[in-house]
Formats: sequence, structure tokens, C-alpha cells
Amino acid sequence: MAELYLPSTLRPLFAGLPRHLELDASSVDEALDRLEERWPGLRDRLCEPGPVLRRHIHVYVDRERAALETALEARSRVDVIAAISGG
Amino acid sequence: MSKTLVMVGTRKGCFLLESDEQRRDWELRGPFCEGWPIYHAIHDAETGAIYAAGASEWHGASIWRSLDRGETWAQSSEGLEYSDSGLKLSKVSGLTAAHGRLFAGAEMPGIFESGDGGQTWKLLSTLEGQPGSESWNDPANQPPGHLGIPAILPHPDDPSRYWAIVQGEGIFETTDDGTSWTPRNRGLRADWPIENPEVGYCVHKLVMSPVDNDRLYQQNHVGMHRSDDAGVSWTEITEGLPTEFGFAAGAHPHDRDTFYVIPLDPGHGRCMPEGRAAVWRTSDAGSSWQRLDDGLPQEDAHVGVLREGMAIDGHEVPGVYFGTSTGQLFASADEGRSWSEIASYLPGIASVEVAIVD
Repeated sequence: MAELYLPSTLRPLFAGLPRHLELDASSVDEALDRLEERWPGLRDRLCEPGPVLRRHIHVYVDRERAALETALEARSRVDVIAAISGG
Repeated sequence: MSKTLVMVGTRKGCFLLESDEQRRDWELRGPFCEGWPIYHAIHDAETGAIYAAGASEWHGASIWRSLDRGETWAQSSEGLEYSDSGLKLSKVSGLTAAHGRLFAGAEMPGIFESGDGGQTWKLLSTLEGQPGSESWNDPANQPPGHLGIPAILPHPDDPSRYWAIVQGEGIFETTDDGTSWTPRNRGLRADWPIENPEVGYCVHKLVMSPVDNDRLYQQNHVGMHRSDDAGVSWTEITEGLPTEFGFAAGAHPHDRDTFYVIPLDPGHGRCMPEGRAAVWRTSDAGSSWQRLDDGLPQEDAHVGVLREGMAIDGHEVPGVYFGTSTGQLFASADEGRSWSEIASYLPGIASVEVAIVD
């Protein structure tokens, strides 16, 4: 099971979505599919047509910058970051 | 007793203000929509729902909806995409509710529709093949703001007939629900070279008189214009205004000849001239203009108002509202004769709409 950490900005958009969860997936892309199954519409908040990750959504797998096709290990840690700030 | 509901779209969420018919005291609620930048928030008179078009820097474009006047909100962008066409959707910039449908104007230029109250969307038209469309998706040709189609103006009696503004190109009309379009820019002036006289005009705001559907007004980049034939031809009515430039405009709900605008300096500042806030009104279809500033700041008020930043309610004595891009919201309950500031410290305001609700 991969460990997934989601940004706080997602939680208010989807009922019952936790900040931290575990799921079975062999890639970042597949992990997002698992999320989409449980919270329809979530994938669109992180990806744009391509599909590619949205410009300011950064994903790290075991602390390395990742893309949708990045493979996940059984115990991978996946951090999804809303990466910009502003005023 | 009915209430007056003002919807304000800002850089950091949607806000709602409510008052009674007197419109003296206002209750402010918000921010809603999780603080997303909201480009346009509207009320659907048929269903009572509020819709708000937003685009988060992180999470993309989506359209929020509230069926309980702001108590709870949901958002959806399902179907809000160009699929395999190669076009990219960056934001939804204008919303319209009419005849049981919702329309959303988007950038890159396209019109989406929803028949299920904003739960799902589908592409209605990109105006492909219209003059100008061969180059308007080139980012190098897109005006600042990247609004695409900032507004869709419905015909109140004919569901298949509506007008769309393409930013930097002009107005297009369809009478067959988006299957075909006709440019409606005859008589407009441009202060720049244009290759095809049918398009190339920077129309900022288009409004229709509620009591005469052939009477349209528009504020564009270089002047005010009136049409008496539903946009087939336009006559300039700028004379008497302090500047030819502005964004916002509004039509009187009961008088076809009365119309409001907010002239701005045309340079980079795009604020009200001389730091003195004013709305201007014509009561004779543009033959003359009156300055309305009683209660508005007349010193050091360097404020601007964007294209959806003014609204007029439908009360017997109409109220007029405008919000500035620096977060002040002003209201008049007497057709613009006197004004008060009803919110002072909102985020920058992109849109103001008003509805009379039960």
C-alpha cells in the first residue's frame, strides 16, 4: 500500500476526503484513478487534459519530484503539493 | 417581503449581501467557494440557484453552485474541456442562465452549456469558421486578461437566439442555438488597423433593455454605442462622457432610453478620471449624459470597475450597484441619485450581480 498525502485545499471540495490515506496503485496515475473512483471529479482538480499534472500541482514519490507515469512501490510515500503561494 | 440579493465575485471567493426592499441595511456573508478567484457569480431566477465561475491556480477552472442561497456549495467541471481539439481551457469568464440552461463562456474561446443545473457541462460552440477564429486561439493574439468569451447575452423570448462577445474580436449572434453565427459589429469604430471590417473590435460589455429587446447598448474600448435593431447596426453615443473607455454598463429595467456606464481613464491606470468616483447615466438613449456622484468619494479615489462590475436591480425604483477592483462595493437605492458604500474591504471585485428573491 502506498501512503498518500493530499493538500489541504482539496478537502473542502470532496466530502469525506482525508489528508492522508493508503491505497494500492502501481503508478501516480493509477493512484489518481483510485481517488477518482471514490471522489468523482478529484482527478480533474489535479490534472489537465493530456493528461498531465496541473502546472502548480507538484507530486513527490519518496521525496523525488514525480510525474503521472512515475512508478510506486508497495511502501511508497506520495506527497501531493499545491506548490505556489501568493498574496 | 422580498429580499434583494447581491452576488459579488472577487479575487478571493464569492460574497453575498442581502437587504430588504428598502436596500438601506445590508448583511454580508462569505467568502464562499473556498476563496477561489471568482470571475462571475449569477442568480438563476428559474431555480433560485447561485452559480459562480472560478479558476484556482492550483485546481483549475470549475463552476460552483449553491441551491440554498450560499449555505452549502458544490463545484463541477465535468465536461468543461475541449477534448481532442488541441484547445486548452484556462478559465470560465462569464455565466448566463436562460430558458432552463446555463451557459459558460470560456478561454480559449468557447461556449459550454449545462442542462442539469451545473452538474455536467458540454461544449456548445467554439465559433469555428467565424472571421477572426483562424487566429484568436494563438496566445500571441489574445488580449490581456485572457477572457475568451466573457459574456453571452440571451434573448428573453427565443431560446435559440443569443449573442456572444469574443474578447478583442467583437459580437457574434446566433439564431439557431450556436449552429451558425453572424458578426454584429457594423458601425463600430476601431482605433487600430483591422483587416476584416466585420471583426477586430474590443467589446467590453453588451446589455439589452429589458423593455425593448431590439435596444442594445455596448461599452467598448473606444466608445459607447447603441443599437436599435438588436445589434445589426451600431451608433456611437460617446459624446458628453469624460472618456470613451470603460468596462461596466447597465440598462434601466423599466426605461429603454436610460442606461448607465462608468468611464475610466483609457491608459494603464484604468481608474475613474481625476480620482473622483462617478457613474454616468443617459435618459435619452445617449443624446446627453449626467454625472452621478452624490455620496461617492470625490478625492483620491483611484478606483476601477471591471466589465461585470455593475448591476441594476428590478425594483420599481431601481437600485444600482458597482464594485471596484480594489474591493469597495457601492449601492444606490434611487436610480443612482445618491450612493453609499455597503462593503469597504472586500478582495478585488470582478463581478456584481443582483436579484430580487423571496
